[in-house]
Amino acid sequence: MVAREQFQVELTALRGQIISLAHETEKMLEKAMEALYNQDIELANEIIAYDEQLDEKELKINEDAILMIARQQPVATDLRRLIIALRISSDLERMGDNAKNIAKAAIHLGENHGLTIHPALNDMKQTALKMVDLSVKAFEYEDITLARKLAELDDLVDNMYGEVVREMLEETATNPQKIQHIMQMAFSARYIERFADHTTNIGESILYLVKGETLDLNK
Amino acid sequence: MAATITIEPKMHKQPTAVDEKRETILQTEDLSIYYGDNQAVKHANLDIEKHAITALIGPSGCGKSTFLRSINRMNDLIPVSWNEGKIMYEGVDILSKNINTIALRKEIGMVFQKPNPFPKSVYNNITHALRFYGNRKKKQLDEIVEESLRKAALWDEIKDRLHDSALSLSGGQQQRLCIARTLAMEPNVLLLDEPSSALDPISNAKIEELILQLKEDYSIVIVTHNMQQASRISDKTAFFLNGSVIEYGETEKIFTNPDQEKTEDYISGRFG
Repeated sequence: MVAREQFQVELTALRGQIISLAHETEKMLEKAMEALYNQDIELANEIIAYDEQLDEKELKINEDAILMIARQQPVATDLRRLIIALRISSDLERMGDNAKNIAKAAIHLGENHGLTIHPALNDMKQTALKMVDLSVKAFEYEDITLARKLAELDDLVDNMYGEVVREMLEETATNPQKIQHIMQMAFSARYIERFADHTTNIGESILYLVKGETLDLNK
Repeated sequence: MAATITIEPKMHKQPTAVDEKRETILQTEDLSIYYGDNQAVKHANLDIEKHAITALIGPSGCGKSTFLRSINRMNDLIPVSWNEGKIMYEGVDILSKNINTIALRKEIGMVFQKPNPFPKSVYNNITHALRFYGNRKKKQLDEIVEESLRKAALWDEIKDRLHDSALSLSGGQQQRLCIARTLAMEPNVLLLDEPSSALDPISNAKIEELILQLKEDYSIVIVTHNMQQASRISDKTAFFLNGSVIEYGETEKIFTNPDQEKTEDYISGRFG
């Protein structure tokens, strides 16, 4: 009983664009962290340049969704599907910005800074990547159980972040000459934490899609 | 950073129209309508609210127009039509045999899909029935004509053409004249059967605006195939399918988050 085939085709294409954008933010975070740990300035610059492409893709998703709203005049779940497409693409764009900011931090730190990047940042990144993966699956299958799991992982990231920042604060007390560098590391931790927050927003969008209500996954 | 992962609803379910309580003007009780052996409406229980706009939606042949017509006994004109159940209006079952259908149709007026003005002047279209009921005072008739045309948002457009043939008006004007003609009888309830489906978008917009204004003074039941129209103007929506009421509720809910999958499929244009 599938009528409105054109609408279905367009919707599937739009969802495909979102999923691919999500995978790109994943890749950007991974590369940004690689640049940070390996003091790879060239890679960091590549990431910064790549962010522009991400912005364009977000714009394309927005335009497509708005056009579909105007032409197909969807209601109920169909309308919410397009509304969350707008929201999620904006979250993904911000996630790209967070990865870009980590790349900028890598540049600020420069080469041969002689500082060990806190290993907890890597753990935070791993969890954040898992969260992207989970949010993509939740989006793909419109699965609220998966969406809700994001809240658990977000708590994990928040806790790691709190811990890292506390340790770094202590270190600034003992090594005040390194304060600029430590700040960059703390910023990076903050960017990962924000990156993860946006994946919980995606989870909230999926809950909104399925239940038609606004719920908070990020407390 | 709370450790709990329980999800509490936040910032939603603010008091909206959903919580509004309106009086009921009409109630159908287990209403079934048949054409011969064919059951066109199956056990419908609907409370039609006063000073509200109730939209009846559903695919062709779902029973919504039959339901609408039963409210002022228009189905009586179809010989094979018969019914079971009740339609309560002001404490009376209007389906009972001793109902004066002429008087009933004054109380519960109807406007049809195609504008059907009489081939008479604008003025006489409105006064025809009034004269039939014995009102022949010119001054009074003049007042009723003006008032009805004003209520139907037509006065300013055609006040200088009152004695022109109604057939010289545009389709949209003709339809508003038909509404004015119905209003002249001072009904309580207005039944509208796809009143703007034969009109251009501007005329349609005028009719919709008019219906919203009329809500102040009348209770309105409208059959429409135009989903946007139902969602724009109605307070309550009933979705009919194969003669049954599948879902009936606040329009806001029906068009954003209906309870029934069939309703969602229909309003999303997936069948019908």
